[in-house]
Amino acid sequence: MGVRAQKLPPVLSLVFGALLLLWLLVATFPFAWTLWGSFKVEGDFFSKADWTHALTGPLTLAEYGSAFTGTGYEGAWIKEAFWRATLNSFVVTVAVVVISLTFGTLGGYALSRSTYRYAFWLLLAALVFRAMPPITLVSGYLLPFYRWNLWGHLPTAIFVLVAINQPFTLWMLTAFFKNIPRDLDESARMDGCTPFQAFRHVIIPVMWPGVITTGLFSFLLAYNDFVVTAMLLSKDNQTMVPKIASFLGTTQTEGNVMFAVSSVVSVTAPLFVLVMFFQRQIVSGLTAGAVKG
Amino acid sequence: MHHKSIAALSFAAALSFAGVANANCGVTSGRVNIVGNEFPAIQTVAANAAKCAAGTMTVRSNLTANHQRINLPGMQGNPAEYTSAIVATSSIVALLNDDVIRPLDALVAAHGQDIPKNQLITVNGRVMAVAFMANSQHLVYRKDVLAQIGVQPPKTYEELLAAAKIIRERGIMRNPVGGAYQAGFNLGQEFVNMYMGYGGEFFKAGTAEPALNNPQGIATLEMMKALSAYMNPDFLTHDSNATSAEWRAGNVALMNMWGSRTGVLMEGPGNNPTIAANTAVGAPMTVGGGKTPATTLWWDGWTVAKNISDDDARATFVALKNGVSPAILTPETMGQAVWIIPGYKPAPVNQGVMDTMALGAKPYPMLPYMGLMHSALGDGLAPYLAGRKDAATTLADIEAAYRTAAKEKGFLR
Amino acid sequence: MKHKTFLQFFLPTATAMFLFIALPIVSVVTQSLYAPHRQVIVEVENCTPFACTKSTTIDQAATQALREAQPLGRFVGLDIYLDRSHLAAEEIARLFSQSAGPGDFMRRLLNLPFYRALAFTLTYMAVVTPLSILLGFFVALGVNAIPRLLRGPAIFVSLLPMIVTPLIGALILFWMVDSRGIIGTAMIWLTENPNLSLKASSVLTWIMLIVYGIWSTAPFAFVIYYAGLQTVPQDTLESAMIDGASRWSRIRYVVLPHLLPLTVFMALIKIMDNFRVFEPIVSFNAGAHAQSLSYFIYADLSGETRLLSSAAATSVLTILGVLVLLSPVLVRTWRQFGKA
Repeated sequence: MGVRAQKLPPVLSLVFGALLLLWLLVATFPFAWTLWGSFKVEGDFFSKADWTHALTGPLTLAEYGSAFTGTGYEGAWIKEAFWRATLNSFVVTVAVVVISLTFGTLGGYALSRSTYRYAFWLLLAALVFRAMPPITLVSGYLLPFYRWNLWGHLPTAIFVLVAINQPFTLWMLTAFFKNIPRDLDESARMDGCTPFQAFRHVIIPVMWPGVITTGLFSFLLAYNDFVVTAMLLSKDNQTMVPKIASFLGTTQTEGNVMFAVSSVVSVTAPLFVLVMFFQRQIVSGLTAGAVKG
Repeated sequence: MHHKSIAALSFAAALSFAGVANANCGVTSGRVNIVGNEFPAIQTVAANAAKCAAGTMTVRSNLTANHQRINLPGMQGNPAEYTSAIVATSSIVALLNDDVIRPLDALVAAHGQDIPKNQLITVNGRVMAVAFMANSQHLVYRKDVLAQIGVQPPKTYEELLAAAKIIRERGIMRNPVGGAYQAGFNLGQEFVNMYMGYGGEFFKAGTAEPALNNPQGIATLEMMKALSAYMNPDFLTHDSNATSAEWRAGNVALMNMWGSRTGVLMEGPGNNPTIAANTAVGAPMTVGGGKTPATTLWWDGWTVAKNISDDDARATFVALKNGVSPAILTPETMGQAVWIIPGYKPAPVNQGVMDTMALGAKPYPMLPYMGLMHSALGDGLAPYLAGRKDAATTLADIEAAYRTAAKEKGFLR
Repeated sequence: MKHKTFLQFFLPTATAMFLFIALPIVSVVTQSLYAPHRQVIVEVENCTPFACTKSTTIDQAATQALREAQPLGRFVGLDIYLDRSHLAAEEIARLFSQSAGPGDFMRRLLNLPFYRALAFTLTYMAVVTPLSILLGFFVALGVNAIPRLLRGPAIFVSLLPMIVTPLIGALILFWMVDSRGIIGTAMIWLTENPNLSLKASSVLTWIMLIVYGIWSTAPFAFVIYYAGLQTVPQDTLESAMIDGASRWSRIRYVVLPHLLPLTVFMALIKIMDNFRVFEPIVSFNAGAHAQSLSYFIYADLSGETRLLSSAAATSVLTILGVLVLLSPVLVRTWRQFGKA
């Protein structure tokens, strides 16, 4: 399907191909470099003497007798128990995606089906909410969270992330639901369904594409979040990104920087599997739910 | 090898948290929760404090680079989440300003008679914190490079500039001077050092009125600019981590560096053996013919929260006293800091900080509004060093920025 | 939809946003109108391991009563908004009367922190938003044209700039653009200028931040456009081809209008995000050359300053700024609302 049906003239397709290749190179290069460098020592990977050290690894060779070393991975996963942060991240990410999408689909559906003006004002309010800088929000949470003993726990961070993510989810899903013809649920109502039944039996089966795409963005938000998780989680409950940041710290201890680098490589691997697995859904998701401005 | 010992220590901490008490501190009830920075020396203190856990007494810690953003909210509640904050010369001020830490005189009398008097930090005659380590910035130099040009280690910044000139002219290094000049805290700190070296005062005596815009202020700026001419052009982005990296790469021969950061430049993994073997520390330098070195003395210490029960306060006091007792000094922890603990034997690398104390450098000012001044400096100096503003305007703008902040906080009308 | 049904559906999301965003916004707005009480300062002697020194401290007992009577602090109205760190009303009034011509006025205006930050933020937003959307569009066209088997890896690779955590992405890029790093070395070789440093000059730092901004946000546009391209109505395209429409007119009259709503939505989100630019400045240690409103908030909230009212005022100004920037889109949405 799609515009693929139109065959491009050879010159144009060559130009496009070359440009695409260039982009793919630019997009992968830092990551590929990191992957390669994660097997070096800090002095090589971040060499201030000569950049080729990152490729050849003279200090790594001097220290470990080989141009490659797995100490970064060993340090992060075994000594620093990075797996615990991975587990926490898994819990936070799954919970944030599931809860945001549940709240978002219900709310988005309601907004898309309401013809009253207040629906517009609610969308506008959501936009104002999204404009609020997250650091201000998080700093404001600290005092009450400490007072009510909510600070440091995973559920707290999950609910904060869900809330911060709601405005975007709402906007996207509202637009998506608007593209699902009203006749569908209205005819279900005629047949005697309650609004919830209509939603469940008619809307839910056709909403997955849009939900999955929105879910991708919720996923990335929860997975990559630093501001909320770094400030609101205690050491034991740390997720991956603040854990990586703690490897860097204010006074960098030799070796810890490479823990951070190898952790970054480690956390990108599952994403590759995920994208390969979901790529068709991601695409078909946006397919059905062309977002309207 | 540092990280291994940290991991081992935090493992020990985890064990003792699980109830395996291995120190008899004489207290068996109360809640201890410590917030602080995450560098190795503080990890050691927290791990040793955790050894006191016994009976129903629990000891937890949250050591993170974010500590200054969370310690105040975490101590303002009642009861406070954190029963203790590990702070430094500058960061205790925020806790004093908001009145969240308690005077320790009674606790010292009851449980801390054996704490040496010089470890007690007093404000207005009341003990507010117990110090356990000292730190300062001082000269670090390359023996081989100075020998090559036939110059003694500089005692003044003027000598340092002369040496840098020769190193550059001989083509040994293009940018021989290093310095943590990153815009923000680091750059502000360098101004504070130099300005105090020139004998400058930040405020009109006894008030929060700024008093920077004077000949010493101008001289400080000019000296900083002269130094920066011998630094890597990216100096405004270099914090102490980046400056250390420059050192390790052999790009720099002279720098003013934190004592706590020099140990790893002389031994340990990741060093080029030739550079490490030729790294030496010297006393802090003076400037402009002044007698006091152009540097500041810093301590790190622990406090006890105000809004907690007396039982928790007692447990916290006892646990932390144990955390900084002479027993924590092992061959492994000895080199982590310049400890202000009886039994500490300075290694050659610590000579710089010891010299700073011996030469009578001034402590970093513990004024309620110094943080505002430091921020205004860190932010306002960059345009001058980048060549976008002249010295007088820079100082006037810094004073204006400080005044705005101090008015908001209620220090100025 | 009936009000009651609407409420039932909307309640969970409304509760979450009310508790965690709306209430904090109310408290932030309140906070921006109050400042801490006047501090009573007393001279004291402080002793440290090094020496005893004359110093000052806050007389807690003296302000205690005041604090209890007015726990919010002292009401200052819009003073914080108008002070030198924010809108700088007084300073600007002075500039109007004192400056020697528009050039001088601009130069001195940009010396004020708020306006200097605004200059960078607006430049960043105005360049990064369209270019990242455009780049995403072309990448989407390209990926759409390659064989199906290669698309999965191509999508993953194109997403990489967005999914590698910015914290580390920037750390590595920061090294790369160092004058000894790989990109820095390449630039020196290309320009044949051995003293070139991307981090030392304001202009080059701005360019570096903007390029990073485009690189890291283009994937967002790519995902949305790529999916949008899959839904271009095939029958319309075919009938256009039968009618003999040229390639250009097919794109012009079928593909682009189809993608327009997506573009508007993306622009809305991206303008908002770019106006709040913050992470790249911190990660690239670029505070000396580029500042933004969010960067000020971050600095104000640091442990040693804790200028809560100032941070609150900057936050409110950020929201207002976003609303002003988005107002054209909002008016359009308002007009269209309910018509769909």
